[in-house]
Amino acid sequence: MDGGSRKPYETDGYAVMNLLEMNGIKKAFGGLSVLEDISISVSEGEVVAIIGPSGSGKSTLLRCATLLETIDSGDISYLGKAAARTEGNGVVYAEPAELKQIRGYFGLVFQSFNLFPHFSVLKNLIDAPIKVQKREKAEAVEEAMALLRKMGIEDKKDAYPCQLSGGQQQRVAIARALALKPKILFFDEPTSALDPELTGEVLKVIRRLAEERMTMVIVTHEMGFARAVADRVVFMDGGHIIEQGDPKEIIDNPRHERTRAFLRKLER
Amino acid sequence: MTLQTMLTTLASGMLKSIMIYALTLLGSLPLGMLVAFGRMSKCAPLRLIIKFYISVMRGTPLMLQLMVVFFGPYYLFKLNLGSDYRFMAVIIGFVINYAAYFAEIYRGGIESIPVGQREAAQVLGYSRASAFLRVILPQVIKRIIPAVTNEMITLVKDTSLAFAISYSEMFTMAKKIASSQATLLPFVVAGVFYYIFNFAVAYGMERLEKRLSYYR
Ligand SMILES: Nc1ncnc2c1ncn2[C@@H]1O[C@H](COP(=O)(O)OP(=O)(O)OP(=O)(O)O)[C@@H](O)[C@H]1O
Ligand SMILES: [Mg+2]
Repeated sequence: MDGGSRKPYETDGYAVMNLLEMNGIKKAFGGLSVLEDISISVSEGEVVAIIGPSGSGKSTLLRCATLLETIDSGDISYLGKAAARTEGNGVVYAEPAELKQIRGYFGLVFQSFNLFPHFSVLKNLIDAPIKVQKREKAEAVEEAMALLRKMGIEDKKDAYPCQLSGGQQQRVAIARALALKPKILFFDEPTSALDPELTGEVLKVIRRLAEERMTMVIVTHEMGFARAVADRVVFMDGGHIIEQGDPKEIIDNPRHERTRAFLRKLER
Repeated sequence: MTLQTMLTTLASGMLKSIMIYALTLLGSLPLGMLVAFGRMSKCAPLRLIIKFYISVMRGTPLMLQLMVVFFGPYYLFKLNLGSDYRFMAVIIGFVINYAAYFAEIYRGGIESIPVGQREAAQVLGYSRASAFLRVILPQVIKRIIPAVTNEMITLVKDTSLAFAISYSEMFTMAKKIASSQATLLPFVVAGVFYYIFNFAVAYGMERLEKRLSYYR
């Protein structure tokens, strides 16, 4: 896919509501400040890759965005709906009913898959749609099968996660997240736990989702993949966004010394 | 005393032992879960109280606990609880004791489930309760079966401790007959009974373990 022909952050005169908006996010663990005033927004159809050295706060940022971690300060909103906002000197999260709705907007794919081991592949995909979204079982099964086909693992529908390779498990995890029809999907190093020969099959399905204009935020160490698939690359270091922009520019011609140092290290 | 009456008497004791066993499990398996939640509660005072309760239950003899439950109400509060209370006291004593052991097993099981399971459920939109019931608990059950089986086997033998407050279960009856008739036969019967009982328990639990072995 050609990232250059698509510039979602150019609005052509009409206003685009950002799918995700995070402003002034601060997060510390104990005395350790991990996110220092991070602001990032993602518009519909955009694919954002987040890169940066270990410990720079990439996972923490995703965990704050997906409400797994509470922020110390800042605002988070999806489609203009506030999930968390700063009032005075405290952060107020939305009411449970509203948070439940907001949780339906996003999905998260973990580095370690986190499939439910006691459920078959199919059940992993249909349980939340049926139990959480109260959808009809027949409909959920039909959609789950379509997703498994798309992931190339429909023959594994009755298998249990422990019977699958890492690459297959991660594809099930992606399908499980998609089964809830999220508007935005987050990935935290989706291929880091995989053997090198298995990363390709997972990157391929993510690339295909990008072609279908699924909105995605992907934390990754795969620079070639980020360069080819992302519309925008965000480089983080020490809890700050150091620079962001067109993947080719950032990766081929980084402006900041820290970005250069990071990329140099990767090449070695 | 004919062999027949001896066996009939022992059989009624057996029934009572089985009754203690079943009611103890029925009470302590669920109560243990509540105790485990208390033990893991965010509320520090509750956590401390539960911790103390568990340490007392595990740190003192069950026989002594049975006596306290049975005689306590009278000596402490001058309460006369009637003749049915003996059986009640046995059940209460066993339930609160075993709940403490089960609670610690549950806690270990719950804490052994990777936190990613709960996080995945949360992101998928499960409520806290349904995440626990649908995702966490089934995995906990599988993991704790060996430890629970141990307790269930110990409980078969522990039912004989009810003799401490003269409740007429299997062992109490066997002892009574043995001393009045000057024969060891009742003890042989009792031994065979406990062994077969445990064999059945172990078999049942093994079946359950196999049924849950379809995943790792
Ligand atoms: N729950 C936590 N408690 C305490 N410290 C934490 C916690 N989670 C993360 N940290 C710390 O926050 C910092 C940022 O961690 P984070 O996982 O966000 O980094 P990352 O950019 O994802 O790194 P990596 O590339 O290694 O995954 C690290 O120093 C980490 O030790
Ligand atoms: Mg990380």
